[in-house]
Amino acid sequence: MNVRSQISMVFHLDKCIGCHTCSIACKNIWTDRNGTEYMWWNNVETKPGTGYPTAWEDQNKYNGGWAADGSRLRLKSTSKTQTVFNIFHNPSMPTMDDYYEPWTYDYQHLFNAPEGPDQPTARPISMVTGEPINVESGPNWDDDLSGSPIYAANDPNLAGLSEEEKAQLSAIERLVFFYFPRICNHCLNPACVASCPSGALYKRGEDGIVLLDQTRCRAWRACISACPYKKVFFNWSTGKSEKCILCFPRVETGQAPACFHSCVGRIRYLGVLLYDAGGIERMARLPEEELVEAQRSLVLDPTDPQVIAAARKSGIHDAVIESAQRSPVYKFVKEWKLALPPHVEFRTFPMLFYVPPLAPVMANRGATGVENVSQDLFHDIDTARVPMRFLANLFGAGHEGKVRYTLRKQKAVRWYRRALTVGDVGVDLAERMLREADSNVEEAEAIYRLTSLCTVDDRYVIPPMYREEAIEMMRDPLEHKQGVGFGLLRGPRRGM
Amino acid sequence: MTNLATYFDQLLFVALPYVAFFVFFLVSITRYHWRGFTYSSLSSQFLENRQHFWGLVPFHYGIIVVLTGHVVAWLIPRQVLWWNDRPLRLYILEISALACGLLTLIGLVSLMLRRLTVSKIRVVTSKLDWVVLLLLLAQVVSGVGTAVLYPWGSSWYAAMAAPYLWSILKLNPDLTYIAAMPPLVKFHIVGAFALILVFPFSRLVHILVIPNPYLWRKPQVARWYRAPGEAAGEPV
Repeated sequence: MNVRSQISMVFHLDKCIGCHTCSIACKNIWTDRNGTEYMWWNNVETKPGTGYPTAWEDQNKYNGGWAADGSRLRLKSTSKTQTVFNIFHNPSMPTMDDYYEPWTYDYQHLFNAPEGPDQPTARPISMVTGEPINVESGPNWDDDLSGSPIYAANDPNLAGLSEEEKAQLSAIERLVFFYFPRICNHCLNPACVASCPSGALYKRGEDGIVLLDQTRCRAWRACISACPYKKVFFNWSTGKSEKCILCFPRVETGQAPACFHSCVGRIRYLGVLLYDAGGIERMARLPEEELVEAQRSLVLDPTDPQVIAAARKSGIHDAVIESAQRSPVYKFVKEWKLALPPHVEFRTFPMLFYVPPLAPVMANRGATGVENVSQDLFHDIDTARVPMRFLANLFGAGHEGKVRYTLRKQKAVRWYRRALTVGDVGVDLAERMLREADSNVEEAEAIYRLTSLCTVDDRYVIPPMYREEAIEMMRDPLEHKQGVGFGLLRGPRRGM
Repeated sequence: MTNLATYFDQLLFVALPYVAFFVFFLVSITRYHWRGFTYSSLSSQFLENRQHFWGLVPFHYGIIVVLTGHVVAWLIPRQVLWWNDRPLRLYILEISALACGLLTLIGLVSLMLRRLTVSKIRVVTSKLDWVVLLLLLAQVVSGVGTAVLYPWGSSWYAAMAAPYLWSILKLNPDLTYIAAMPPLVKFHIVGAFALILVFPFSRLVHILVIPNPYLWRKPQVARWYRAPGEAAGEPV
C-alpha cells in the first residue's frame, strides 16, 4: 500500500446559486494579467449548456483524457511517438475562438469624442489586439439558459436522451437548470501531467496539488488538449501554460482557496483524502461502469490502524492523518457516498467531487404540497424534471445507479428533517425512507448538519503543510537575509 | 586576389564563426541559467490555427531534413561521396534535398504572411522575430538558389565545405576551398553564422530544449519537498 495524501474537494450543487462570486475572487487574484484575461480557472456553468470552452465535454472534438485499450491506458490526444510528429502543430488544440476573445470598452472615447449630434458610446475593444470587435461570445454566454436553443441544445450530456425528454427540459413550466461550478480537479491520474513533453507539470507529492512549473514550460501545448476538463490554459502573451493552483499560498497558511472562501452558497468543502497510489493505473483501466466505485476504493479509511501505519511509513505527518480523519470530503465521498466525480469516464480520477442536485427533482410536485400517494417513495426521482440520464452522463459515466443512490439518500434525509421540523410527514415513514435509501437516523443527522449548519471549520479542514520545515531543508533562509529572496525574480515577460 | 578580398574572407570566415559560436554558447548557457523562464517556443497556435498548420508543418519538416543533411555530410563526407558515386543515387539525394528546401521555403513564406496579416499574431511578434525570419528567408532562398545554380551540392559540400567546417572546429581555419566559392555560396555560409549569432537572443532557443526525456520518462510526475518515505520533520 503506497499511501499518499490529497487535498480534495466537494461541491454541493444543491446549494449553488450561480452568483459567480468564486469566479470573480479567482480572477481578481490570479488572472487579471496580460495574456490571461480570457482564463477562468474557476468558472460557473449552467447545465444544460455547452460550458466554457464551448462543448468542452465533447472529447470527439477535443480528444481529452485517457482511453483504455484492453490492458493499456493511453492518452487520447498524444503519445510518445505522436509527440515527435505533432510538436510543431497540435491537431487537437483549442483556440481562443473556442473560449472567447476578451474585451473591454473604449471608455476614453466618452471623454475625448468631438462634439457632435449624438451621445458618444464606449465601443467594445479586444484586449488582445486593442481593435474594436463585435462581441459574439463570453465565458458564461449561456448563463441561466440564455439562448438555449443554440447553446444548451448542444450539451454533450444530452446524448442518449429521448426526444421527449429533451423537449421536456425546455418546456414551459417544466424548464429546469442547475449550476455547475468548475475548477481544476487536481486529478489522481492527470492527463495534463502525463502529456507534458517538458515534464513541467507535476503533482505535489505532499498534497497532490497539480502545478505547472513556469520555468520548465516550453509551450508545446500538449497539456491543453490532454486535459479533458480544459482546465489548463495557454497564456498567449508569455507563451506559457497556466492553471488553477488551488491557491496553494493560501492553503499553506491555513486559509481556504479564494473561490472556497468567497462562496456565498457555502457549497464548497475541502479536506484531505488518503489514497493508495499503487492502485491508480489498474483502477483507471476498468470498464466505465466500474470507475466510480474503483475511484472510491482507492480512497483509504484514515482511522484504519493499517492505513495509519502505512501512511506514517510513506512520510505522511501525523497532523495530516488527523486532518484526514476529520475531512468533510471523506464523509461525502466514502462514508455517505453522496458525492460523485464529474465525467469519471475520462479516466483521470478527478479529486473534486459533486453532490448531484436534488432541488429540481423535488420541484415537480402537485398543488397540494408534498404528496406521498405512490407506494414507491422514490418514484418522483425517476420522473424528475432533470432526466436521470442527463445526471448520469455527467456524474456516472452514463450509468444511473450511483446517481440514483445519492438522490434517494438526499431525498430521504430531506423527508426525515421535514418529519422533524414541519411534521406533515410521519417519522416512521421518514425512517422507512432512510432505510430504503441505505441510511439511518444517525447518518441523516450528520448529513443534515454538514449540509445545512456547517461552519467554516466544518467545511474547510486544511492540513498543516509544514512548508517552512520543508523549505528550510532545501534552502537556508539566512542565506537570503537582506537579499531579494528566491523564486522568479523577474517579471514573466515574453522572450528575452 | 586583392588584399581587400582576403581581408574580408578572414573577417567573415574566420573571425565571424568564432565570434558567433562564442556568443552562442555564452548567451545560451547564461540565459538558461538566469532567464530560464524565457526558454519557450512562444507558440501562437492558440491565437490562429489554420495558417499555423500550413506554415509551421512544412517549414519544420523541411528544415529538419535539410539541416540533418548538412550535419550528416559534415560528419561523414566520405560515405556521402561514396553514395553519390552512382548517378541514380546522386539524383535521388539531390532531388529530395531540393524538394525539402522548397518545402521549407513554402512554409517560411506562409508563416511570414501569417505574421503580417493576422492581427492577433502581429501583437505577439517582436522586432527580433522579424530579424530571425528575414535571416531565415535569406538563408533558405540562397540555399535553394545554390542547389539550382550549382548542382550536385551534396558532393561538393562534402568535398569542400566539410573540410572548412572541420578546420574551424580544429581551431586551424583553412580557407583554401572557401576563397574560390561563388558569392551566393559565400553568402549562404555567412548567413548561417549570422543565424548562430542571433540564435541565443531569439526564440530559436526552443531548439535547445526539445523535450527528448519525454520519450523515456514515466507518464506521471510528482515532486516532493522531501523524498517520499522520508520521515516527516527530519532533515534530508
